[in-house]
Amino acid sequence: MTDETLVTIEVDGRELKARPGAMLIEVTDAAGINIPRFCYHKKLSVSANCRMCLVEVEKAPKPLPACATPVMNGMKVKTRSPVALAAQKGTMEFLLINHPLDCPICDQGGECELQDVAMGYGAGASRYMESKRVVSDPDMGPLVATDMTRCIHCTRCVRFGAEIAGIREMGATGRGEHMKIGTYIQGSVDSELSGNIIDLCPVGALTSRPFRFQARAWELTRTDSIAPHDTVGSNLSLHVRRNRVLRVSPRDNEAVNECWISDRDRFSYEALDSTARLKQPLVKENGKWRELPWDDALELAAAMLKGAGTALKTLVSPNATLEELYLAQKLTRGLGSNDIDHRLRQSDFRNDGSTALRWLGMPIAGIEGLDAVLVVGGNPRKDQPLIGHRLRKAAMAGALVTYINPCKFDLNYAADQRVESPAGMVKQLAGLAKALGVTGELVASAVIDDQCKALAGQLKNAGKAAIFLGNIANAHPDLAVLETLADRIAAAANAVFGYLLEGSNAVGAQLAGAAPHRLPGGKAAETLGKNTRQMLSDKIEGALLIGVDPSLDCWDPSAVRQSFSNAKDVVALTAFRTRSLESCANLMLPIGWFAETSGTLVNGQGDWQGFAGAVSPIGEARPAWKVLRVLGNLTDVAGFDYQNSGEVLEEVRSLCDATSLDNGIGEGCLDLQFKEGPLTRIGYVPLYAADVAVRHAPSLQRTVDAAQSALLRVNGATARVYELADGAQISVCQGNGEAQLKIRIDEGVAPDCALVPAGLAATGGLGPMFGEITLEKD
Amino acid sequence: MITTVKSYFKSLVLLELFKGLGVTGRYLFARKFTVQYPEEKAPVSPRFRGLHALRRYPNGEERCISCKLCEAVCPALAITIEAEPRADGSRRTTKYEIDLFKCIYCGFCEESCPVDSIVLSRVYEYCMEENNERIIGKTRLLELGDKHEAQLAADRAEQAKYR
Repeated sequence: MTDETLVTIEVDGRELKARPGAMLIEVTDAAGINIPRFCYHKKLSVSANCRMCLVEVEKAPKPLPACATPVMNGMKVKTRSPVALAAQKGTMEFLLINHPLDCPICDQGGECELQDVAMGYGAGASRYMESKRVVSDPDMGPLVATDMTRCIHCTRCVRFGAEIAGIREMGATGRGEHMKIGTYIQGSVDSELSGNIIDLCPVGALTSRPFRFQARAWELTRTDSIAPHDTVGSNLSLHVRRNRVLRVSPRDNEAVNECWISDRDRFSYEALDSTARLKQPLVKENGKWRELPWDDALELAAAMLKGAGTALKTLVSPNATLEELYLAQKLTRGLGSNDIDHRLRQSDFRNDGSTALRWLGMPIAGIEGLDAVLVVGGNPRKDQPLIGHRLRKAAMAGALVTYINPCKFDLNYAADQRVESPAGMVKQLAGLAKALGVTGELVASAVIDDQCKALAGQLKNAGKAAIFLGNIANAHPDLAVLETLADRIAAAANAVFGYLLEGSNAVGAQLAGAAPHRLPGGKAAETLGKNTRQMLSDKIEGALLIGVDPSLDCWDPSAVRQSFSNAKDVVALTAFRTRSLESCANLMLPIGWFAETSGTLVNGQGDWQGFAGAVSPIGEARPAWKVLRVLGNLTDVAGFDYQNSGEVLEEVRSLCDATSLDNGIGEGCLDLQFKEGPLTRIGYVPLYAADVAVRHAPSLQRTVDAAQSALLRVNGATARVYELADGAQISVCQGNGEAQLKIRIDEGVAPDCALVPAGLAATGGLGPMFGEITLEKD
Repeated sequence: MITTVKSYFKSLVLLELFKGLGVTGRYLFARKFTVQYPEEKAPVSPRFRGLHALRRYPNGEERCISCKLCEAVCPALAITIEAEPRADGSRRTTKYEIDLFKCIYCGFCEESCPVDSIVLSRVYEYCMEENNERIIGKTRLLELGDKHEAQLAADRAEQAKYR
């Protein structure tokens, strides 16, 4: 903006330039002039109901609220004049009339905006002698604790629910003295972003339930970190006391997570203290697990890996750090094997021949500026909550958002949700491609319906359009076809093509070369190794598992069981001791997770975000990169003489110098391979089953989202065919696996399909995420 | 010349010696202030800062609400507190430890306490035989509080007017 368009105002004698129409408080905040406030928040609408930010404006008869007063040329403002101070002091006195004097037992004590402002602007003593009001506390679920007597009615939480989370769960009822903030309907606050109201609340009315009474603000040391669950890579602050992470809060980064984080990122730290944490190296002897010292364990692991040699299969979690992924592939390739993969829930690898290095395709912040978005097979609202939030912002600004999914999802904005069976999704996309003039064998035979035509027009005519493939597409048996079509559609419609990748470091894994078709730096491998699916289709002799809980993290749990049934040399580096690991592995080495290790995560938009360890690993656990380094030394693989993780990072960085991320599929595969049966399973990984750590975070597992995940969802018509009743228990059979699930009739599911969750212990016995299932009544 | 004569005279008649003996003699017959500890004890001020104690309310409920102000104010970092919600939802300590070797008996903890829970009692006679006994926990502190409650309450009441 040029200087001419700016207006000039004077605040406390200082001349400030401001954008016309900006609120006074924005201008003073930018200039570093402090005005006390409670209800104003830069990301929320202005409500001007706390009256704390009253300032004196020349020629105005009364003090004006700075948060709701637009700047005007020549305006003269005094923030510390006697009139302003008297107004602020009066407001403070009114606010404190009904605020209890319970700071010593309040979790907000020490970091409370009301305390701070009362200190600066309040009177020394109270003149109020009458009794204070008491408000009953609504139950808001396992994540947010409430003490509504402390509420000062700033309505930040209410506005957050309506404007950011997109569900109006909270509201103010009553007037004046009887005004109460609570939930409209009794029950928990279930948004995937609900934890943010803890940060927003300026007083101690809404606090973190898992953190309740654990520590005071002044005891905690903050360490910067990066969220380890989704491709957003939210910036976090870990609050540590006496070597324990006690809570997690967001760190502002407009390009990534703004000032929000998802509940999954906020509360998963509880898994650090889970009883399922592995604290000692364990070896399986005659079916029993025995503890052994690290020295012996490492010798044994090295012997096992050497024994497996060129037949070694390495599976790495896409949540592992860049350093771990790089060392894992270096070790595997050093031992003569190319069989390494991080794409555990992917089933179709036919496009591995392309040069694509998959990523989001655009900056995260750019999503909110899109005019038309097509999401194929995914529910970003739950899978990548902050990308879901950006999409919602785009939709609220008028973007046309379309989903092609095998079921309808509960969205918090208006979107066109097309429900198609897995094969139907491909057909829809082919139809869309044809409508946009794409050629090709599959496309030529496609049918263009009115919807496709309309969608094609939307994408083509939009200023900025994008097509994203989500988690469901990733597990789709015809992913290769979906991505080829999406790539061509994007090219034809001049749209961006991107992936909402699973895991926090899926981009990093490709850069580190932790894939059978990629070498470090993302270069194409000369000899293709086996991908996850090929590895699991054979008997496995020796394997290296890093951060993987095989049955629950892989596309096909039944294949996991079969391939690992006779394995002798399976070394698992794991932070958690799980049942599926106990059955697959022969040696478990405890590693640090999240705050216990240092590393780098590459998020969807390609930011290399490094973080340092905040606490020491639990028990005897060690950072995984150190374990891998020693294994490299013990197996005599060259180039494992690192002194710190920074050296590993430097090595990867130098290899990635000339690498750029690119989603171009090129030739691509257009052959359909998936055949639908009479009843097709759609495997979907619920929000709080995404990875092994989330599954061990107790508070998240108590949420409604988690409680409602173990359900078999079918639509009414399908339910009638199989005579299913809502709420009844049923046996789901797939291959030779079976699972007991409750039925939920959900009209949003595609006909002849059943939404059966994956990643849960309840369905860990079933087969692939997509495939034919049969139902058996007991 | 005259001073030399004077000093010789003083030395000859042992004047300094008799002056000293005079002091000795005065105190020989004066009232004695030696206390025969432990049979006898010196008087103690109600403001005395001795061994710590945690007090209860008259209904038996422990006063401490785990606000951790004492832990924060302690200049010797002698106090360690851990807290969690009790079954009834109230804020309580699960661990309240004072390291008596670290403590400098400044009394800041008592001053900072919003509920008069942690106090320094008049007790100054205590000893430890094992090194680990220097850390006294919540149970011991509450016992001390219960034992000396009458004295503690009386002292606080007396001092209330100066606070």
